[in-house]
Amino acid sequence: MNTLVMTVGVLAAALAAVQPASAQTTLDAVRSKGYVQCGVNTGLAGFSQPDSKGMWRGIDVDLCRAVSAAVFGDAAKVRYTPLTAQQRFTALQSGEVDVLARNTTWTITRDTSLGLNFVGVNYYDGQGFMVPKKLNVKSAKQLNGATVCVQPGTTTELNLADYFRANRMTFKPVVIEKLEEVLNAYFAGRCDVYTTDVSGLVAVRASRAPNPADHVILPEVISKEPLGPVVRHGDDRWFDVVKWSLFAMLEAEELGLGAKTIDQHLNSTNPSIQRFTGATGDIGKALGLDNRWAYSIVKQVGNYGESFERNLVPLGFERGLNRLWTQGGLMYAPPIR
Amino acid sequence: MKLSFGDPRFRALVYQAAAIGAALFVAWYLVSNTLANLEARRIASGFAFLGREAGFEIGETSSIAYSAADSYLRALAVGLANTFRVALIGIVAATVLGTVIGLTRLSRNWLVAKLAAAYVEFIRNVPLLVQLFFWYVLITENLPPPRAALEPLPGVYLTNRGVYLPVPAAHPAYLWMLVTFVAGIVSAMLFARWAARRQALTGRRPPMLEIALALVIVPPALVFLAAGAPTAIDVPRLSGFNFTGGMTFTPEFAALTGGLVIYTAAFIAEIVRAGILAIHYGQFEAAHALGLRRSLTMRLVVLPQALRVIVPPMTSQYLNLTKNSSLAVAIGYPDLVSIANTAMNQTGQAVEGIIIIMAVYLSISLSISAFMNWYNARIALQR
Ligand SMILES: N[C@@H](CCC(=O)N[C@@H](CS)C(=O)NCC(=O)O)C(=O)O
Repeated sequence: MNTLVMTVGVLAAALAAVQPASAQTTLDAVRSKGYVQCGVNTGLAGFSQPDSKGMWRGIDVDLCRAVSAAVFGDAAKVRYTPLTAQQRFTALQSGEVDVLARNTTWTITRDTSLGLNFVGVNYYDGQGFMVPKKLNVKSAKQLNGATVCVQPGTTTELNLADYFRANRMTFKPVVIEKLEEVLNAYFAGRCDVYTTDVSGLVAVRASRAPNPADHVILPEVISKEPLGPVVRHGDDRWFDVVKWSLFAMLEAEELGLGAKTIDQHLNSTNPSIQRFTGATGDIGKALGLDNRWAYSIVKQVGNYGESFERNLVPLGFERGLNRLWTQGGLMYAPPIR
Repeated sequence: MKLSFGDPRFRALVYQAAAIGAALFVAWYLVSNTLANLEARRIASGFAFLGREAGFEIGETSSIAYSAADSYLRALAVGLANTFRVALIGIVAATVLGTVIGLTRLSRNWLVAKLAAAYVEFIRNVPLLVQLFFWYVLITENLPPPRAALEPLPGVYLTNRGVYLPVPAAHPAYLWMLVTFVAGIVSAMLFARWAARRQALTGRRPPMLEIALALVIVPPALVFLAAGAPTAIDVPRLSGFNFTGGMTFTPEFAALTGGLVIYTAAFIAEIVRAGILAIHYGQFEAAHALGLRRSLTMRLVVLPQALRVIVPPMTSQYLNLTKNSSLAVAIGYPDLVSIANTAMNQTGQAVEGIIIIMAVYLSISLSISAFMNWYNARIALQR
């Protein structure tokens, strides 16, 4: 009889293991495990990279910390899963991570067929090309016949093919999954060109090139790459939480609230600020969060401008399109009311 | 058999039916649950994506023409062809190298035998992935860029973009030469059979080698001459960023194939050595006593017995080499897995992609096994 008992046991275990994951909302799951599992880049300076003490830093990391601050009132309750471009969507779809903040371009395919929802944009970018200075190339139009290093599973490899096709040029791709390896190949001269988002080029040149001055980024920007955090389809609550965590950082900058200064505004008479800090209204409740959710984000992580200043400016980034709409940029949060 | 639980045979049947039922139920549950979850999250499913435009380029398309405007199906076919290319060349080369090293290890020359032993021990104990990176870095970091290419022989260029070789320029006669060549091999094999039968009947052996060579060489040569002896050579030339023309072996292909051959050869060497050591020395002596020449002793007495020991483990080495070729992803060789990964990522259809990969590797493995089993049965002891 023992075999039968065992069979039934194994079966029950199997059934339990594959219960539909959607039974519980992500917010509840995050609360009960006590941390946010955040999918990030394996190491792209300015976006997400561990520093010398092993602390993750970058604007994508700050988004994860903002979500943690909103949910727990503590920005430190995040665990990071470094993901390559290839791994990231499966990791999110399968529930291995709760949110993906990994310089991921918002496209319609990803937003629909991949079963994902983009919550917004935390960096407006476009794709560019980097070449060794000694090749003396001045424009992407001169790249006919070049060998191009690129990472797979990216919009980059699609735009690359489109661009060369549209300009009736040919190229030889060298497609390597790991950032480390693809950069080694480029710096060793296996490729004439390395292509990715311009932000990636700037960060890589500043942080990984043996001699940054030896490489130039060509003037052509060949695509739109709105990079933003992503969650799974079918969980509106969690979608809202992540979306408004991002918007809170933008709104704080617009309201002039920063990590150092927000406490001085706690008694502000400005109704927008009162709503933001949770002094009035019950916006937090509508999100299923504490009413001081936005205050916690700004207090512990800072506003968007501060995050940009801290993570990207030291690498030589300019605000450009990522300025607030009030300053001629594209960053715009819907009203928090 | 009694229809009662007391009868062990009946009990066994019930248990087995229950086990099969449970397995089917679990399978059904997994499949339906996966589909339901995909549906709930509105993740696309099905194989329709195979017909859609892939939109990405592939670095090696030597066997199947391909451009970004082609379908995912075609992209996967290119990946499969690339896998085959590595596996076929790898299996042949690893067998040759492994046999040489295995025999060397049995050599009476102390130094040579120890060198072979060191090779086997060293190569077997370093992870394959590390070796692949090593070869890749060795090629890309140490060879010069195209503009400073090494030219060891006229028209042959070594660069960190690969090896470029001159090849005869395409000509329709070459196809016919190939056809007559294959036909020559087939007829030589038929002739060999006939010759063996004839020797058994009459005791006289027809001049095997001369006739076989003539069958294989003469017809292609005639075609070549009839086509006006086309000798145009396609020599690689530096144009712009890279060499064009001729034949290319990329660093990715070279590192992957070379790495797999060197690694697998270490295992094959041990298999060959074991196979030969398994033959009792008395067998050699008996063959000599019968008056067989050394080569005939090898061919008629030792090898047929050694092969019986060698072939089964060899099969698993061939399977290993083929499956290990999927490490291509790490060094950027566009094999099936690499292309399928990209397709999965661009379309989000991971389940379908994995199914395709599994089905393909399963078919390849089963085909290799089937072939080797057939071969093993052929060389098995026949009573
Ligand atoms: N934005 C593009 C490309 C993102 C991407 O993967 N960029 C590369 C090049 S900078 C990267 O971040 N690699 C780091 C890694 O693989 O961890 C996309 O979403 O497809």
